[in-house]
Amino acid sequence: MEFLLQPLTLLTFFPLLGVLVILFMNSGWKNAIRWVALVTTLITFGISLWVLSLFTASNPDLQLEAKYPWIQVAGWNIYYYLAVDGLSILLVLLTAFLTPISILSTWTAVEDRVKDFMVFFLLLEVGMTGVFLAQDLFMFYIFWEFTLVPMYFLIGLWGGPRRIYAAVKFFMYTMAGSILMLVAILFLGIQTGTFNLPTMLARLPDLYATSINPQTQMLLFIAFAAAFAIKVPMWPLHSWLPDAHVEAPTAGSVILAGVLLKMGTYGFLRFNIQLFPDATVQAAPWIALLATIGIIYGAAVSYAQADVKKLVAYSSVSHLGFVMLGMFALNAQGVSGAILQMINHGLSTGALFLLVGMVYEQTHTREIKVYGGLWKVMPVFGTIMLISALSSMGLPGLNGFVGEFTILLGAFGSKAIGSPWYAGISAIGVIMAAVYILYMFQKMFLGPAGEITHHHELKDLNWREILTVAPLLIFMFWIGLYPAPFFNLIAPAVEKLLSALPL
Amino acid sequence: MTQTDFYILLPLTVLTVWACVLLLVDLFIPKDRKAITAFLAALGLAVTLGFTLTQIGREGTGFNGMVTLDGFSTFTNVLILVSGLFGIALAYGYIKRMGIDRGEYYTLMLFSIIGMLLMAQAADLIIVFLALELLSIPLYVLAAFARPNLQSEEAGMKYFLLGAFSTGFVVYGTALVFGATGTTSFSGIFTAASNGTPSLLLTIGAALLLVGFGFKVAAVPFHMWTPDVYQGAPSSVTAFMSSGAKIAGFVALLRVFATAFPSISTDMTDILWAMSALTMTVGNFVAISQTNIKRMLAYSSIAHAGYILMAFVSYGNKDVVSISIAAGLFYLMTYMLTNFGAWAVVISLEKAEDKGLELSDYAGLAKKYPALAAAMTVFMLSFIGFPPTLGMVGKFYLFRAAIEGGFIGLAVLGVFTSLISAYYYLRVVVNMYMREGEPVTESEPWLGFTTTVTAVLIVVMSFAPQVLFLLASTAVFKLF
Repeated sequence: MEFLLQPLTLLTFFPLLGVLVILFMNSGWKNAIRWVALVTTLITFGISLWVLSLFTASNPDLQLEAKYPWIQVAGWNIYYYLAVDGLSILLVLLTAFLTPISILSTWTAVEDRVKDFMVFFLLLEVGMTGVFLAQDLFMFYIFWEFTLVPMYFLIGLWGGPRRIYAAVKFFMYTMAGSILMLVAILFLGIQTGTFNLPTMLARLPDLYATSINPQTQMLLFIAFAAAFAIKVPMWPLHSWLPDAHVEAPTAGSVILAGVLLKMGTYGFLRFNIQLFPDATVQAAPWIALLATIGIIYGAAVSYAQADVKKLVAYSSVSHLGFVMLGMFALNAQGVSGAILQMINHGLSTGALFLLVGMVYEQTHTREIKVYGGLWKVMPVFGTIMLISALSSMGLPGLNGFVGEFTILLGAFGSKAIGSPWYAGISAIGVIMAAVYILYMFQKMFLGPAGEITHHHELKDLNWREILTVAPLLIFMFWIGLYPAPFFNLIAPAVEKLLSALPL
Repeated sequence: MTQTDFYILLPLTVLTVWACVLLLVDLFIPKDRKAITAFLAALGLAVTLGFTLTQIGREGTGFNGMVTLDGFSTFTNVLILVSGLFGIALAYGYIKRMGIDRGEYYTLMLFSIIGMLLMAQAADLIIVFLALELLSIPLYVLAAFARPNLQSEEAGMKYFLLGAFSTGFVVYGTALVFGATGTTSFSGIFTAASNGTPSLLLTIGAALLLVGFGFKVAAVPFHMWTPDVYQGAPSSVTAFMSSGAKIAGFVALLRVFATAFPSISTDMTDILWAMSALTMTVGNFVAISQTNIKRMLAYSSIAHAGYILMAFVSYGNKDVVSISIAAGLFYLMTYMLTNFGAWAVVISLEKAEDKGLELSDYAGLAKKYPALAAAMTVFMLSFIGFPPTLGMVGKFYLFRAAIEGGFIGLAVLGVFTSLISAYYYLRVVVNMYMREGEPVTESEPWLGFTTTVTAVLIVVMSFAPQVLFLLASTAVFKLF
């Protein structure tokens, strides 16, 4: 009982209760199944708020630990170990926050195999939360790989016309990254005699001084980075992303962009930077270079898209480039900005995907050029879209600005990156974001009525749909106008993270 | 012959007597009631399993050091007997459906199992040879059991010819080893070989033994027979063969090499490394282009032989050999469970005259039979080595053993080939879930039982593998 009532255990595994209930329901009871899923995820969100209330912001260490010996035989030293700190608390909250929203968005969009859909969705939430909370590398790896399975089915079963191709590509790409990490995890586990992260971190400095040479450290860094860079995705490993995003159902895209990509950036933060400090400092300029290319490339390609969902998908490549740039600036501003930007991207891109999904549900096309003059027919939709778009392109007063500004500030003065050029070029990316976002908005919402707007009886958003996006809008303004409480949650842990680096 | 001698071989003795009696009893069981034979055979296995379990923790040697009893043999005996039980469960409805329900099926299986049990307890090359013949000959007959089906007859013939050929290697290898050391017992070979420089004769002898066992476990480049035999033989036989015979072959390989030949491990390690690497690569790459599920599983079984071989590479390294053995055994166990589960699904879909065996026949399975499709997904994930399945834990263990032995390159190759394998295993899942079709399955209680039990075990035990870890890691043998 004590084991089950740990706040983090409860947070991670509570959705399983919903899975259990849904499994025993008749697959014909679609609405009941939806309600069970929604209530489960709302309770999970409630638990995450409880976790937040128990969380001490000023404490930089791992908190609310749930640690039990798990596999302690035959030379294995594996713990069941969940804990949260400033690096992960916001991401955990984001996961619990976005899942009910995504489920709400499927209310009328998913009519086929609702039961299976909800089961996979809840399993996905378990996996994602576990990834952010696990402090044992064995456990982390299990959660990390496990998230692939439900997402694979979500894309492959409820996706668009090329869903099978996209699902298999997503699976193979992501697995390709994580297999090298597996070897690296095993290597570290054997060298340090443990899989649990804090103990490993305590033992590694001695090993770096004696038996593990810098080249090996760099190889280990690369092995981990391969897994995370594909997930982020960093240029040039991004090619799975547009396919997966475009084919995935709306809720899948929201979770994919909102949470799954953050698993990659979080992985860099939690594992690469902490485990391999020397290699991190060494690699920082290179990662910054790739991030900068990603920013510009993502923005340029976004502009060229004819499909609005693809445009949003490529904009993710650009936005996550900012996150990586800030993180590998390796100073307090850069890293905190990166963490906040992870949340911002989840909110704004999540909202954009939701909105695109809502209009797609009515028109069944995502081609930008067939729209036009939407504002006149759907003013509420237009307003919400405008806010989300402005948040995504980083307008002051909205959340995107705070994140990107802090990141650029960090990157300019970064000792690790060594040159202000990266930040300078990346700043162009902010302008390019304004170009493609406003271009899209203008084509779709302003001007004369397009083909679709003419021929379709388009309905404006209903209450359920407004309710789905409203929470996202609230946070866009909150973070944009008063980000201090969020930074306060992050800052101590970032401070601690950076103090361990040889800078 | 004393009481201890028989105690050492207790399970084997019980099963031999049971099988001989069953052979006679079967004559009096009417043709349409062969279910009784199946039941009696299963009962015999269960009783033997009971006796085996009483031997847990016991050790000793018997018959003048020809056979041995230790944690290793007990563990593998349990594996083999459980394989036998699953084998009967799969065969029960299948051979009736295919019109080949003759009672000798079960007795032949029992005799083959006796050979496998003997293999697990062998402590002398002569016994190894004896066990190899005893386990193989009934399998040759079983492979051709669907006579006059040409494919099955061909499979039996092919298996027999190549099997006989490979046994020749084992005998010749034994002779050379005897020539080099003057003895055929493992401990004697070890003592003789560790005094003075290892002779070339011994190395050649060991290499020939490796060839012989390589045939049995279907390791590249001795795998040519596998796809044809696995495809042609009745599916229930293939399921049993690909688990049982593989376990026996690996058990022999592990014990012979780790106890008798550590002195020539420097020569052998490179060969084993190459064999493991080749087997993983060839098996997985060729499996991609298969459209027949039986052939695909045949190549997958070749590939898995490569993974298990990984545990052998460092057999001469005293520090890691026990971990390697445990990892190898653990992987054999996960492979056995997954393999039987997957074959149970294949058998559920198979129709007479080799219908229902194409990958495209699995289209739409998830809509019509969600539970069966879910189980098959579990098996495929376990083959890939994906959580939450036992296969993932098994690979974790195996790669750890390889890395601990210093073979990081091999581990990297192992994970890369796993990635390749994901492609064709996922194709089954894609067909089941994402394509439309109207599959028809046979529902038989024992098939359903096997599918359910293996799927549940694979998932549940992946969360609590410590029990199995403990069992596998205590299942070590004495190194001289």
